[in-house]
Amino acid sequence: MAITKPAPPAADERAGPPPADHEGPRLNSPLALTLLLILLVLAQGPIRQALSAPVMQSWMTVFVAVMVQALPFLVLGVLLSAAIAVFVPPSFFARALPKRPALAVPVAGAAGVVLPGCECASVPVAGALVRRGVTPAAALTFLLSAPAINPIVLTATAVAFPNDPEMVLARLVASLLVACAMGWLWQRLGRADWLRPPARSSYDGQGRGAAFWGSVRHDVMHAGGFLVVGAMAAATLKAVVPEEWLSAAADNPVVSVLALAVLAVLLSICSEADAFVAASLSQFSLTARLAFLVVGPMVDLKLFAMQAGTFGRGFALRFAPATFVLAVAVSVLTGAVLL
Amino acid sequence: MSRQAQAAVLFLLGASLLHAGFTDLYLRYVKVGLRPMLLASGVVLIAAALATVWYEWRARKAAPRHAEDGHGHREPRVSWLLVLPLFALILVAPPALGSYSALRTGTALQQPYGYADLPPEGALRLSLVDYAGRAVYDHGRTLKGRQIKVAGFVALDKAGTPYLVRMALNCCAADAQPVKVGLTGRIPPVLQPDTWLEVTGTYTARQAEDPVNNGPIPFLQVSAAAPVRAPQDPYDETWNN
Repeated sequence: MAITKPAPPAADERAGPPPADHEGPRLNSPLALTLLLILLVLAQGPIRQALSAPVMQSWMTVFVAVMVQALPFLVLGVLLSAAIAVFVPPSFFARALPKRPALAVPVAGAAGVVLPGCECASVPVAGALVRRGVTPAAALTFLLSAPAINPIVLTATAVAFPNDPEMVLARLVASLLVACAMGWLWQRLGRADWLRPPARSSYDGQGRGAAFWGSVRHDVMHAGGFLVVGAMAAATLKAVVPEEWLSAAADNPVVSVLALAVLAVLLSICSEADAFVAASLSQFSLTARLAFLVVGPMVDLKLFAMQAGTFGRGFALRFAPATFVLAVAVSVLTGAVLL
Repeated sequence: MSRQAQAAVLFLLGASLLHAGFTDLYLRYVKVGLRPMLLASGVVLIAAALATVWYEWRARKAAPRHAEDGHGHREPRVSWLLVLPLFALILVAPPALGSYSALRTGTALQQPYGYADLPPEGALRLSLVDYAGRAVYDHGRTLKGRQIKVAGFVALDKAGTPYLVRMALNCCAADAQPVKVGLTGRIPPVLQPDTWLEVTGTYTARQAEDPVNNGPIPFLQVSAAAPVRAPQDPYDETWNN
């Protein structure tokens, strides 16, 4: 390509070494963004018309609702993760957690109590912990336990099940068990190369402010993009699949547990609200609803998308199914003992 | 996506959250209690956008040629998807969930903890959820012989049975569930789904089962109905406390 005129921005874009660049001929992205936004504004009449069917409206409402509800928690998690990455030295975690990974796992699981948020907040925090040198088994345990056992979620569960207070205990016990078991399982069987090495350049050598805001920007753009994927999937399910299918599943005890576990994955409801939905699924047994509450905060569509974005697809494809199986099994056992 | 484009997306995202939080727009999607977090996160996103522009400008000033390559890592293309919620929130602003979702989802009526005392005389103005709870679980004990006013939006099932519905919400619209009350008696001849009505009527012992989840649907014997404005918060949030 012959560039006769010296055009500073374009030259700047193309000055980078070609091997590092897989995107081929690239549109300058601020320009692309501007064009896209102008196009959307110009075409908003026809687009609105296409979106006026009830299915599409319901889809859009649920999609926007999941995003608006999750973004504040994502931002909270991203701020925490940036603070860990910039202000907490790695030596702190080395001192705070037991040396032996087998002991670090339950400590990390119990530490999940202190992160008052839903699962969107825990993914970036767990990513920051791994980058800060925390053993992955412990960080993953924290990832699973934090959204399920924090006080806000347990209080919501107690409010949603006023006649079954044992549900709160069952949820706490089952979620902690699954989180720790996954941590130990990762320690035994997990391989370091399944976890994508932190794709981001380290922030050493920059000022603290630059490092902090760089981390915030990176995490919001990254996890936020995957959050959109998950929100679209959840909205599609909510708007398209009829609920009557569920009633058919409620009669058989085995099918009902599996059906609610799968529903928890597909619906991707925030862990602070899932107890209320579980309470309304009154045609199902308490054990089936416990499975819904244990699986939901650990494996769901938006969480899967975000895990794939943070730790790599190879990791998410192995981790999520294993968590699902374990969560269902532990829920059934806990349900048999406690409920 | 380059740093400038990222800053623009972050800024727009923050601005649209602030816009939703400062108007009543957010009430279509999430509960009232989320507002402070919504506004705070909007401010953080805008701050992140400004910080990105500022540090980028400083880096360019320090090393004009290599500012972009120095970091090497570009955000994945999935970040572009963040434009979608922006577009949906600013340009389309979809309405609160209505009759379409209400008919696809089973009634979520729960047994109330207790029943507040009602004023001894005059017409009773009850929330739809309150009426349904008293009618089903208290067998209308406090309702008999009273004139009752209830507001909600209209939904018509396949057979044409009219329902008055409120969506109840715990966190966001993804978990919103309907509470339905069937209408019988002097129903207006033309009913448009999703219009808000205030219905005046009396308690009737008639009940039906929701075909979706076999939940109980009480009925109201209608004597008059008048269109009303949709409430500021389209969802019933009494279960949040």
